[in-house]
Amino acid sequence: MADRHPLFKPLILVGGLIFGFGLGFSHMARPEVVLNFLQFEDLGLVFVMFGAAIVSGIAFAVMPRIRDTAPLTGDRYERRLKPFDKNVVIGGAIFGVGWGLSGICPGAAYASLGIGNVTILWALAGMFVGAYAQGVWRSRTTDAAATAPADD
Amino acid sequence: MVTDLLVLQSAAELFPNGVSRYAVGGLLVGLGAVVIYLGTGIPAGASTFLESTLSYVSDQSRFQQYVASRDWRVVFTVGIILGAALFAATVQSGVITTSLYEPGTTGQLYEVAGVTLWLTDVQPWRLFFGGILVGIGTRVGKGCTSGHGVCGVGSASKTSIVGVVTFILVAIGTAQLVAALGVSP
Repeated sequence: MADRHPLFKPLILVGGLIFGFGLGFSHMARPEVVLNFLQFEDLGLVFVMFGAAIVSGIAFAVMPRIRDTAPLTGDRYERRLKPFDKNVVIGGAIFGVGWGLSGICPGAAYASLGIGNVTILWALAGMFVGAYAQGVWRSRTTDAAATAPADD
Repeated sequence: MVTDLLVLQSAAELFPNGVSRYAVGGLLVGLGAVVIYLGTGIPAGASTFLESTLSYVSDQSRFQQYVASRDWRVVFTVGIILGAALFAATVQSGVITTSLYEPGTTGQLYEVAGVTLWLTDVQPWRLFFGGILVGIGTRVGKGCTSGHGVCGVGSASKTSIVGVVTFILVAIGTAQLVAALGVSP
């Protein structure tokens, strides 16, 4: 990791700039607009999610056919599919309650700060509290499982 | 002709701010993810930053798996903040005008040093408690609106599609319930 390509972080920064500009332009950085979608008052969010998914989907489909590995990391272009288990549904439902209550998700919260919405620090503080709480809880259960007798 | 008018009328009701700002913004979000993927092979998501950043200050074993990626995830998040600030300084401030951008009427605008900034009217308790649940759910559920919604759906991952359908349906129910209880904004 220490000997990453010198352009690795600059490229991540450029990608983040475009990503954040898009979140601002699409008004996803405004919780009100997300809440208006969830209350069926303005369905524009569908165009944001599918517009972004189509663009990234084209790259995910095409790149592995053009070259084997990415120039800055040497990592293979491949689908990194996350395994399905019940946590995907449980976590998704918890995320859904939080998203429906607040109108904000992680990427949009960072962008919201960028457009001057200092009030969003409440949501960012909450996200760190939530991520920390599940981390402590899951560290404990995994550590306990790792130290349990093998014939358990 | 009557049906054409009806279609136009219902489109105006479903999309009172048009669709161009959403479509253009979404293409840019996708383009940002593509730039990172082309250079690095990494399908980037925004929420791992929460745990990877906690690894700087906490030695809980759960966070240690992100030590290798935590530096670039900070760079990605700083990029998102700066990109949104660039949007505020240009399009939101009216320095760049385009018919593709519909400014809308949500929240409060204010100015600092000639830059038009924006503040939400959504109450802090909703942001804070909603944020806690987002923080738990996104990490337990292995992704958020960018990791599952953009990169996962883009790669036709069944796991991500199930995650997205779950959180959108639950979020719709939650938002409608909260509104029905008279909480606004």
